[in-house]
Amino acid sequence: MRLRTSIRTLESIVYPIAGMVAVLALWQGYVWAFAVNPIVLPSPLAIARATAANHEILLSQTWPTLRESVYGFVLALLVGIPLAVCVANSRILNLTFYPILIATQSIPKVAVAPIILVWFGIGMESKLVIAFLVAFFPVVVDTATGLKATPAGLLELARSVSASPSQTFWKVQFPAAMPFIISGAKVAVTLAVIGAVIGEFVGSNEGLGNLLLSANAQLDGPLAWAALVWLSVLGIVLFFVVVAAERVLMPWGHH
Amino acid sequence: MLAQVPQPMTDSSPAAEAARAFGRFRNVHQEFLQDDSKRLVAIEDISFDLKEGTLVSLLGPSGCGKTSFLKIVAGLAEATYGVVEIRGRQVTRPQPDFGFVFQQANLMPWRTVLDNVLFPMEIQRRKDAAAKRRAMELLELVGLAGFENARPSQLSGGMQQRAALCRALVHAPKLLLMDEPFGALDELTRMEMHDLLLEIRRVTNATTLFVTHSISEAVYLSDVIVAFSKRPARIADYIEVDLPYPRTPALRYETAFTDFEHRAGIALGITR
Repeated sequence: MRLRTSIRTLESIVYPIAGMVAVLALWQGYVWAFAVNPIVLPSPLAIARATAANHEILLSQTWPTLRESVYGFVLALLVGIPLAVCVANSRILNLTFYPILIATQSIPKVAVAPIILVWFGIGMESKLVIAFLVAFFPVVVDTATGLKATPAGLLELARSVSASPSQTFWKVQFPAAMPFIISGAKVAVTLAVIGAVIGEFVGSNEGLGNLLLSANAQLDGPLAWAALVWLSVLGIVLFFVVVAAERVLMPWGHH
Repeated sequence: MLAQVPQPMTDSSPAAEAARAFGRFRNVHQEFLQDDSKRLVAIEDISFDLKEGTLVSLLGPSGCGKTSFLKIVAGLAEATYGVVEIRGRQVTRPQPDFGFVFQQANLMPWRTVLDNVLFPMEIQRRKDAAAKRRAMELLELVGLAGFENARPSQLSGGMQQRAALCRALVHAPKLLLMDEPFGALDELTRMEMHDLLLEIRRVTNATTLFVTHSISEAVYLSDVIVAFSKRPARIADYIEVDLPYPRTPALRYETAFTDFEHRAGIALGITR
C-alpha cells in the first residue's frame, strides 16, 4: 500500500519533468540542427546563459511587475467579492450592474491600456489598474455564481434553526461559495500578471515587460526570452500561492 | 367497499383540549395559484392532535402533501388557512425549540462533525462547554464517538444522517420534525436507524412528527399513524399503534405488527 503510494508520488514528479526535458531537448536540437538565428529563436541553453548573466537585472525588474500584479489582484478581490455579494443577493443590483459588468468586460483591455496610462501616468498606478481590470471579472463572476449556488438544503437548514440573514450569509453562503471564489482567484492571479505586462508594454520605465520590450528592440533574443521565462515563473509562483491559500482556507478539500 | 374512517378528535371542548394537546391542527388547508391561474389544492383539510411525548407518523404516497404539512408545522411554509398550534401558540415561522431532520443530511462540508452538530447552538449563541458536552453525548448515543473531528465527506450516508440527527437534538428541542429522514438510506442501515430513533425517544422523550412513505417504518416507530390520501391531502385513517415498548426487530414478524401494516395499506388504497 505504502509502496504503491510512493511509486505514484514518484511518477507524478518524474513524468512532468521527462515531458519538459523532451520538449527542451527537441527545441535545442532544432536550433542546433538548423542554426536558427538567436534573434528569432534562441536555444534553451542560450536562454539559460542569458538568465544567469542577467540575473541581477531580471531580479530587480521582477519586483515592479510582482508589485503591480499582486496589488491589482488584491484590489480585484477587495472590490470583486463585495460587488459579487451585492449582485448575488439583490435582484435590483444584479439587473443594474450585471450589464455594465459584461460591457466593461467586452472592451479589450489592451485597447484601454493607453487611456489608462493617460489617466494614471507612467508609474505603477496605471499597471495596477490594468491588472485590476483584467483580474476583476473572473472574481466577480465566480463569486456571484458560488453565492447563488448555495445548496438549497443548507439554506433551508439555516431557516429551520432561525438563522438571521447575516448568520446565513457568513456561516452558510460564504463558506459554500469558497471553492468558487478560489477558482476565480486562480484565474485572476494569472490574468493580473498579464495585465501588468500589458501596462508595461504600453508605457513604463521598469518591470519585466519593459525589459522584454527593450531587449527585443536591441535584438537581444536570449535576454527577451529570459524575461519571458521569468514572467512565466512569476505567474506560476503566484498561482501556487493561491493554491497554498486554498489549502489553508479550505482544509475540507475540493468538491 | 369503503373503509370506515375513524375521525380524530374534533373541536368539542377547545379549552380542555388545548390544555391536553401538545400540538393542535385544525382544518389546515394549503393551495397554490398555478401558472395557468388554476388553484392547486395541496392540503385539503387536516385536523388532528399531537400528544406530548408521542411519535406521530404522517404516512402517504409521494407528492401527497405530507411534507408540505410538516413544513407548515415547522414554520418553513405557510398554510392558506387553518390552525397550526404547538403548545398553545400559532406557528408562523421556525421556532428555536424545534429540531428538523431533512431527507438529506445537509451537513456543511467545511465543518467538522462536532461543529455541524453544534450549528443550532452557534446560531442561538449558546455554543458553550455545556453545549459541547451535550453534543458529544449525542454523538456517543448515535455511535459516532471518535468521529467528532472528522469531516462529513469521511462519513457514510448512514453516519451522516446520524450526525444530522444529533444536530436536530443538540438544543433539546420540544418538537422533533423529521422529513423522510431515512428515505435515502439502504434497507439494513434504515432498520438500524429505526432502533436508534426508538432509543433516542426513550432517552429524550421528544415529541416527534415523522413523515414517511414506508408502511413498516411507520408501524414500527409510531404511537399514531396519520395516513394521508393522494393529493389533495386528507386524512384517510388515524391509526393508534398500541404495540408495546421496547420494540425490537422481532416485532416486525408478529401478527399484531402485520395487522397494523394491513390497516395502513388499506388506508393508502394499495390493498383491501
